[in-house]
Amino acid sequence: MKILVCISNVPDTTARIAFEDNNTKFSKNGVQYIIGAYDDYALARAVELKETHGAQVTVLNVGLADSEPQIRKALAIGADDAVRVDAEPTDSYFVATQIAAYAEGKGFDLILMGRETTDYNSGVVHGMVAAMLGLPSFSPVMELTVEGSKAIISKEIEGGKQKIETAIPAVMGCQEPIAEWKIPNMRGIMAARTKPLQVIPAVGSALTGIINYELPPAKGACKMIPAEEAGTLIKLLQIEAKVL
Amino acid sequence: MSILIFTELADGKFKKSSLEAISYGSKIDGSAPVVLAVGTADETSLAEAGQYGASKVLFSSQEQENIMVYSQALLKAIETTGAKVIVSVKSALADAVMARAAGTLKAALIGNVTELPDTTNGFVVKNSIFSGKAFAKTEMKSEVKFLQIKKNVVEASPEGGNATVENFNFAADAMGSSIIETQKASGQLSLPEADIVVSGGRGMKGPEHWQPLLDLAQALGAATGCSKPVSDLDWRPHHEHVGQTGVKVAPNLYIACGISGAIQHLAGVNASKVIVVINKDPEAPFFKAADYGIVGDVFEVLPKLTEAAKAL
Repeated sequence: MKILVCISNVPDTTARIAFEDNNTKFSKNGVQYIIGAYDDYALARAVELKETHGAQVTVLNVGLADSEPQIRKALAIGADDAVRVDAEPTDSYFVATQIAAYAEGKGFDLILMGRETTDYNSGVVHGMVAAMLGLPSFSPVMELTVEGSKAIISKEIEGGKQKIETAIPAVMGCQEPIAEWKIPNMRGIMAARTKPLQVIPAVGSALTGIINYELPPAKGACKMIPAEEAGTLIKLLQIEAKVL
Repeated sequence: MSILIFTELADGKFKKSSLEAISYGSKIDGSAPVVLAVGTADETSLAEAGQYGASKVLFSSQEQENIMVYSQALLKAIETTGAKVIVSVKSALADAVMARAAGTLKAALIGNVTELPDTTNGFVVKNSIFSGKAFAKTEMKSEVKFLQIKKNVVEASPEGGNATVENFNFAADAMGSSIIETQKASGQLSLPEADIVVSGGRGMKGPEHWQPLLDLAQALGAATGCSKPVSDLDWRPHHEHVGQTGVKVAPNLYIACGISGAIQHLAGVNASKVIVVINKDPEAPFFKAADYGIVGDVFEVLPKLTEAAKAL
């Protein structure tokens, strides 16, 4: 089996969000980058499938050279080789185009990624890739097993879940509890240093352009209500906040 | 401008968020949008789209929610109407369907849109990014444009008007996928759609102690949610998990009971209009993100709130 896992390189959840160049550019200054939280689940499931079924796991990132520590981490977790498409991941369509262009004709049985990236939260790259390659797509996938040329998945829907059987190849956006996040061990870290990491140029161009960014207005102070008078909160919510 | 709205149905009617999407679509340039509805519904419920500004509803009756089939319906509807702007709400279903259609048409897609597009110079949309911690203004340059609006940023108010309902047929291909089983909690308020959400964290001390929270939710007509540790511990089902890796909610009122307010949880709730935090620890970080706070034992505070809510 051949599995392609697409990972995003995103600011850590706790990162301070700030912009520079007249609010036209995200400020990377002092920001710690990580593999997108959902992508980590996709990677972990791919490595589990490799352990149980045998698989070649390729990890792909669309990003600049500063993504490479995260790509190496994915290799240390258990991916066999990596590809970096050398470009800023400017919009969903552009990223999907890169993934589809790379995957075309390479015979991947599964193309896995997170349900969304944790920076732009669009959640559409998997669907776009699948459409470009003429494959079925599923998201958010919470369970994934492979039996021959079929996959059985459990997918979250509003207020519940669906169990689906599908032909593969297929593209999936993953989320917990599909697998437990994996932490690289020393052997994995050593092995990752010599695993192949290919850098390829991007194709096509983005369909959108950022005009500028802004931060939300600062939150007002929290109004405290004594616990003994908790009931008065309901009146405040009705009269002052007007939400009841 | 020809505008098409991809809507979602629940219990045979439009979801509230889909009515918001129709209202949004009708305000882009004042032209009445066409609505695509896929699923099960009766004609009277579908005609309701007219009250929110739609001229016509294309209805495709489908027993099962299959993404491949839904996206083919959307592509066929775009072809039939010649629509250049496609609007939906931001949801897991719409993400999957809109993405496939945009990928096929090589079109730009922007999610979590919070305002009407600015068309004075090109087509510029504002959307929420970094889980609500910032906004971006983006120009969309493709001929066909896909917009997914954030829930609860547009008021869906009926203004009269009628929409015709047409049955809509197309060649459906499930692409080798079949739905074996669908499990859906029935009779429960939908968490992503709810106006009020009452959520519990580890401070609730165990699944057997959830009743006071459920009582308050019932008194307020609220949906119930929980923090990640609570769903990880199986105290509550996974679809109730609110947070960065769970459901992102945008209700008018979010009441957090015994949730400390980890940044991952805040990422799922910071679009709420008003946040109430009840926690016995006055240092809980959640108070910094709250509008109203009560420092106290949830098991003493919740019954008092329920009593006051019942008296409304």
